Amino acid sequence: MTSDQPSPFTTGLTGPAPEMSVSRDLVKRGLLVLPLLCLVAGVIWGMNGAYSCAFAVALVLLNFLLAALIMAWTAPISLALMMGASLFGYLARLGLIFLAVMVVKDFSWVSLQALGCTIIVTHLGLLFWELKYISASLAFPGLKPGKQESSPIQP
Amino acid sequence: MEVLARLAAAAADPAEAKNIAAAGSAGFAYGLAAIGPGIGIGIIFGNAIEAMARQPEAAGMVRTTMFLGIAFTEALALIGFVVFILLKYA
Repeated sequence: MTSDQPSPFTTGLTGPAPEMSVSRDLVKRGLLVLPLLCLVAGVIWGMNGAYSCAFAVALVLLNFLLAALIMAWTAPISLALMMGASLFGYLARLGLIFLAVMVVKDFSWVSLQALGCTIIVTHLGLLFWELKYISASLAFPGLKPGKQESSPIQP
Repeated sequence: MEVLARLAAAAADPAEAKNIAAAGSAGFAYGLAAIGPGIGIGIIFGNAIEAMARQPEAAGMVRTTMFLGIAFTEALALIGFVVFILLKYA
């Protein structure tokens, strides 16, 4: 790296955090489909399945929010910090999910099949659904216009 | 010593040996399932940060793509975790 290029150790990112608007949108959609998912899980696995499904959706949504929060918090400080925090954040979030499931696995209302299936289906389903609403352009880096809360970034 | 005693007991009881092997295999599979996404996320971050450092005006776009890429990669680890949970406890 030559000296005239910015160093990722000292360069921070200013401006709005698009990942926060994306994750808020993911949470909104997750809460929208929560009753339907609980209903389906309830039909397949009974009431325990519905409770486990709600717990799994909450885990997935918290995971998305936490990932975005870590990135949004560290990005203005430095790019290298964002990378480090997000990589260790990945391990920490996996650990938190593991811990949360280990804590509840012996509870009477937990159906592990419902919990596991809902974690995968909700995580992937919400992401594929969200792709429809992502703009990822220079003017609108996050959500498409009309879907986002803040005004676009002016060049 | 406790481990050796458990192994000796397991050798005497095939069902116990099978349980121990299943638990070890499930944990090993979960560990393996977490390695791939870890490497993938590292590659995504490395390239995204290089892109942001080269072209700061496109940082927002890169961050959005990076966030989604990480989330998709994480799904692999979650699948490994769920398989582990189902094999071990269900």
